[in-house]
Amino acid sequence: MGCWSARRPAISVVGVALTALLSVRRKGFVLTPWPWRSVAYLLTTVPVAFAAGVPIALFMLPWAVLFRRLSTGDTSPVEASVLLVLGFLLVAGGGPLVARPLSIVERFRLRLVDDRPLPAMPGPVEAGLRPWLRSVYGGARPSWELAYAAVLVTLVPLLYGLVFVALMLIVVCIAAPVLVGDGPVTFGVATIVTPAQAVPYSIAGVAALPAVPYLLAITAGAHGAAARALLGAGPGAALRAELVEVSRSRARLAGAFESERRRIERDLHDGAQQRLVGLTLQLGMAKLDLPEGTPAAGAVDSAHRQAKELMEELRQLIHGIRPQTLTELGLPAALRELADRAGLPVTVHAALPARLPDHVEATAYFVVAEALTNVTRHSGASSASVTATGEVDRLVVEIRDDGRGGADPARGTGLTGLADRVAVADGRMLLSSPAGGPTLLRVELPS
Amino acid sequence: MTPVEVVLAEDGVLLREGLAGLLERFGFRVVAAVGDAEALLEAVSAHRPDLVVTDIRMPPTFTDEGLRAAVRLRREDPGLAVVALSQYVQHGFAAELLDSADGRGVGYLLKDRVVDVAEFAGVLRRVVGGATVIDPQVVRRLLGRRIDPVTRLTAREREVLALVAEGHSNAAIARTLSLSEAAIGKHVGNILAKLDLPQTDDTNRRVLAVLTYLRERGPEGPG
Repeated sequence: MGCWSARRPAISVVGVALTALLSVRRKGFVLTPWPWRSVAYLLTTVPVAFAAGVPIALFMLPWAVLFRRLSTGDTSPVEASVLLVLGFLLVAGGGPLVARPLSIVERFRLRLVDDRPLPAMPGPVEAGLRPWLRSVYGGARPSWELAYAAVLVTLVPLLYGLVFVALMLIVVCIAAPVLVGDGPVTFGVATIVTPAQAVPYSIAGVAALPAVPYLLAITAGAHGAAARALLGAGPGAALRAELVEVSRSRARLAGAFESERRRIERDLHDGAQQRLVGLTLQLGMAKLDLPEGTPAAGAVDSAHRQAKELMEELRQLIHGIRPQTLTELGLPAALRELADRAGLPVTVHAALPARLPDHVEATAYFVVAEALTNVTRHSGASSASVTATGEVDRLVVEIRDDGRGGADPARGTGLTGLADRVAVADGRMLLSSPAGGPTLLRVELPS
Repeated sequence: MTPVEVVLAEDGVLLREGLAGLLERFGFRVVAAVGDAEALLEAVSAHRPDLVVTDIRMPPTFTDEGLRAAVRLRREDPGLAVVALSQYVQHGFAAELLDSADGRGVGYLLKDRVVDVAEFAGVLRRVVGGATVIDPQVVRRLLGRRIDPVTRLTAREREVLALVAEGHSNAAIARTLSLSEAAIGKHVGNILAKLDLPQTDDTNRRVLAVLTYLRERGPEGPG
């Protein structure tokens, strides 16, 4: 579904029309490739419509017979029902077999009049006839494809026919002075007999010529819009694709926040924190040279004390932004530090062969930190354990405690917040906390 | 008395200069002040100092280059006193360094300690004198996650234990807590008994015994 990236507004190029239908509103439309692309689309429609139309017409033969019988009144209810059902079976059974290849061809051909990529359709999961048949007949997609096939063999010929008549009319008008030589030419009520009479028609025909590219582009564009609406598989698909895009952008945002936090932590640590330690050190030195009891000594001593407090505050602040142990030593070390800081004895088993992506480490750390806080506050547990295991494509973190259990995500926001964080990382959170304990919180994060 | 010669390794320029000033102020002689582990090894082999003060986290990877270098230096010369400065309490807290040469003449301190200049200089002197000094916060962290016998220690005994781990003698602990030396001796005896450790008067042995106990018998092993 990578093609969806092109839908992001930042990427669309301003000033360039994306479809034939939109192109007609631009200045200089006639000089763009759009008229020619439209012609190509219209011309290639003809063989495609024929190829699809013949089998579809065959499937609908029972209905045609029924229609004829009904119009002549020469039928019985049983025969009518049989024809109706037979037609339905043929259309429902054979239709998708025609509609699927048709939809593939048409999705491809749509590029002629529509530069916006279509959302990819889920094809058969595996190779083979059975999965293919399942994908052709199952789900909502086949009905949309059938609907398009129906439009292609009914409305499209009608529309194209009208356009063809209009074009012929213009051609005949222009050629009228020549044509009258072979005999009178009739336009509806008017009949032209002499070349002189034909001249105004010829002029009108020539005047109408510039409109031809517009007519063609609008026709091709309208057809393309219908194809897009039906072969993009309806509003559901657009919504699904939108959802995928939204969750991706959420993940991108979360990733961006994480690297930003990391940058801020690094900046504070390398900059402000280092300088502050240096400054406090200088104050400590200055204190040495001042005679005790003097006002200067008192002031410097107070400054030194404040600087030390500030050092501690800054350390806490930086730790809150992103723990240094996590940045520098990785998840296992950071989890052990969390365990050391917890209000109860915590055993840590963390075996990870390599560093994981930033946001995975950060999420896992956050989950364990929150979970241990919950354990300390609410569980009444006497000890807890944390395990972090790297599997092929995911990180599994489990936090157990021997407390009273009964943890409920519905009460309190702690667990909901955890679930949100895990969801952003595309992970899963599972909680088992029967009344009486023990509680097990399991989080799986794709890595 | 000839001044103690020091090689200093710290990648932050400001702090390096500050530390050098501090050391000079307290009568040490800084023979080299460098910014990474590579230069530290070179400076030590060139100057043969009495003491190395090194930041643990240095370029290029900013993880534990300083610690690695310190362990290597100790292996080559067990008599070299080393004080490692850490940005934060690290799990396993430089066990390798403490294990080298019986832990004599080794210090492991949080970097923030340097701002208490006189105390810091005192620590350096004790380490040069062969003492083992562990940052009180590290000891607190280790005590904090104990469930078994340490919890049987009284508040006063825990206080004494923390000072023992900092490498103080009974006399020094007595001064700090304003108690008699005999009282401290009794506390230490009680602590060692409660932790099932052999009685000894050797300060370093005491420190190491306590640390070994805390490290190895905790809810989990180091690292």
